[in-house]
Amino acid sequence: MSSTRIPELLEFEEPVGVLLKEIEALSMLPQTADRQRSIDTLRRRADEIRAELYASLTPWQRVLVARHSSRPNTLDYVERLFTGFDELHGDRRFADDHAIVCGFADYKGQPVCLVGHQKGGDTKQKIFRNFGYARPEGYRKALRIMQLAHKFGRPIVVFIDTPAAYPGIESEERGVAEAIAYNLREMVMLDVPIVVIVCGEGGSGGALGLAIGDRVLMQEFAVYSVIPPEGCAAILWRDANRKVEAAEALKITAPDLLQLGLIDEIVPEPAGGAHNDHALACSLVDQALERTLVALAGVPAEARLTERYEKFRRMGREGQAFVDMQSQMPSSSARHPENPVAGGPTGDGGPAA
Amino acid sequence: MSWFKKIRKPIESAQKESRVPEGLWVKCPSCSQILYNKDLTASLSVCTKCSHHFRLSANERLRTLFDGEWEEHDSSLQSLDPLQFTDTKPYAQRLASTMAATGVSDAVITATGRINGREVVVAAMEYAFIGGSMGVVVGEKITRAIERALDRSLPVIIVSCSGGARMMEGTLSLMQMAKISAALARLDRARLPYISVLTDPTTGGVTASFAMLGDVNIAEPKALIGFAGPRVIEQTIRQQLPEGFQRSEFLLEHGMLDMVVERRDLKDVITRVLRFGSRTDERPSVPAEAAAAAPVTTS
Repeated sequence: MSSTRIPELLEFEEPVGVLLKEIEALSMLPQTADRQRSIDTLRRRADEIRAELYASLTPWQRVLVARHSSRPNTLDYVERLFTGFDELHGDRRFADDHAIVCGFADYKGQPVCLVGHQKGGDTKQKIFRNFGYARPEGYRKALRIMQLAHKFGRPIVVFIDTPAAYPGIESEERGVAEAIAYNLREMVMLDVPIVVIVCGEGGSGGALGLAIGDRVLMQEFAVYSVIPPEGCAAILWRDANRKVEAAEALKITAPDLLQLGLIDEIVPEPAGGAHNDHALACSLVDQALERTLVALAGVPAEARLTERYEKFRRMGREGQAFVDMQSQMPSSSARHPENPVAGGPTGDGGPAA
Repeated sequence: MSWFKKIRKPIESAQKESRVPEGLWVKCPSCSQILYNKDLTASLSVCTKCSHHFRLSANERLRTLFDGEWEEHDSSLQSLDPLQFTDTKPYAQRLASTMAATGVSDAVITATGRINGREVVVAAMEYAFIGGSMGVVVGEKITRAIERALDRSLPVIIVSCSGGARMMEGTLSLMQMAKISAALARLDRARLPYISVLTDPTTGGVTASFAMLGDVNIAEPKALIGFAGPRVIEQTIRQQLPEGFQRSEFLLEHGMLDMVVERRDLKDVITRVLRFGSRTDERPSVPAEAAAAAPVTTS
C-alpha cells in the first residue's frame, strides 16, 4: 500500500477508492505540514478499510481477487524466489505452449524443476500467453520436463493459475483431455517431491492437469473449482449473472477446500491481497515452500509415493462425502437379481476399505 | 360467392385412444424409422435401419457384455451431499428422486463377471443419473473396482457415458479424476489390462481422466466425445463447428481412439483385446492365491 503503483481497484474496494481519490487530490495541492498529516490519516484509514474488507471477502470477491490482473504470476514468483531460471520449451510433439512455463532453477542453492501456468500482465502478454488457457502441448511439455526432474532426482514446484484448459477446436483435435488424463496418471508416479501452489485461479481440469503433488498449498485468496462460477450459473440456472450465488455454492475458497481435505495448507496473503504487495506475498510463499520442501526431503521415496496415492485416495471420504447404506449389514456386495449363484457364502467381513 | 370465404376445417384426428400400448414401438431419433421394441432389444438397442446406437442403461450395458451373471459391488454407496448444494432444488432432494427413478444409488454400476469366460471387473456408467456425472460416489466405486481388480489380478473395463464432473459436489468431483487416475497408474504398473469404452456422450472430466487412459480406447460409432462441450467451444471461438466434430470417427481420425466398434461386435473385440492382454507367464495364478488370502475382496 505504501508502493507508488496503485493496482486497479476491484468493485468491492469502492470505499478505499474514495479515500485514495481524496489523497490524490490533496497531494496535488502545495504541501504543508497540516496537509501531510491529513494525507497520512487518510492513508491509514484506507489501509484499515482495506484490511477490514479483505478480512471478510465473499467467495465471489475472492474470485475477483484471484483473477486480478496485477496478481503476482508464475514468472513473478520465479523471479523473486528462484535464481538462474532456464526456461525449457516445447513438447517435442507439436509446439511450445506459452500458457505453461517450465524450466530448471535454483531454490536456496538446490536445483529444482519449475512448472506453472502463465497468464501474462499487459494485453500483449495476455495474448501471447493465451490468457493462461493451456493447450495440449502445454500439458505434454510439463510432463516431459517433470520426467526430467524424476530422472535426475530433483524436486518439482508447480504454480497453478489458469481459468481452464483452452476450449477450442485445435485443443480438442490434439486431445487436450488425453493430455490432462495422462498427466494425472503419470504425476502420481514421479519419484521426486512435488509441491503444488495454487496461486490464482485453479480452473478445473486445466488446473488439475498439473496439480498432482505430495503437498498442495493454496494462497489465501486463490480459488480452485470444478467449473467457473459463471459457467455453473449458466448451466444450473440458465443465467450467468447468478455467478455470485454459484461461487458461494461451489465451495471454491481456500478455507472451504482445507476443510474438505482437498488442500494441505493455506498460504497467507498481504491484507489487500497478493496484488497489493508482491514482495510480501512472495516472501509468504517462500516461507511455506521452504518449510514444505524440507519436510518432504525427510520422507523416504517409497513412503512419499504411497502417501501421495493415499492423499488423493482419501478425497471424498466415507462418512463425510458419502455413506455405505449397508455398512451395518454383513456385506456391501449384492448379487445381481439375474444371478443364479446368489446366496453364496459372501456374508463375511464388513465393507473393507 | 362464398368460394373464398369458405373456411376449411382441418382434418381432425379421430381422438381415439391408441390401441398400441405405450412403449411397444420406438422412433429412431436419427432416421425416424419406427422400430418394434422387441426387435430393438434383440439388436442391442441399435436401429435396424440406420444403425443408430441408442443409449444403454448401466444394467443393459452389463447385460450386453457379461456372459450372463455378474456380481455387483458397492451398490449401497450414496452421496452425503458434502457441500449442502442447492440449485433449482436441493441436491439432496435431486439425489433422492433420481435414485427412486433410476433404481441405482449413483451414476455407475461396478461388477465382476465373465466375458466369454474371462473374469473381468466392469464399471458401467448410468446416464439417467444426473447426466452420468461423476461425484464422490462414482469416484469411490470406480476406484474400489480398480483396486479390487489389482487385488485379484483382473482386467478392468470402464464404459463411460457421462457429461463430466458433477457440479453439485464441486471441487470434490474434480478430485475424483485424480483419484481414479492414480488407481489406474497402479493398474498400469501391475501390467493389468484396462479397456476404456467410450459411448455417447463422454465429455468433461470423465474424458480428461479415465476415459482417455485405456490401454485400448474403444468408442461406439458417432458418440460425442470431447473435453469442452460444443457450445462452450462455439462461444470461445465464435464460429460454427465443423460437421462431425467431437464424434467417434473424428477422434479416431485424430489419433485419440484405437477403434470405433459397433455394439454387436464390441464383446468379441473386447475378448480379443483381453486375450492379448492376459500374460500367462510370470504372473502367479492369482485367483487361487488371492481368494484364499482375502475372501473379502468382493465387498
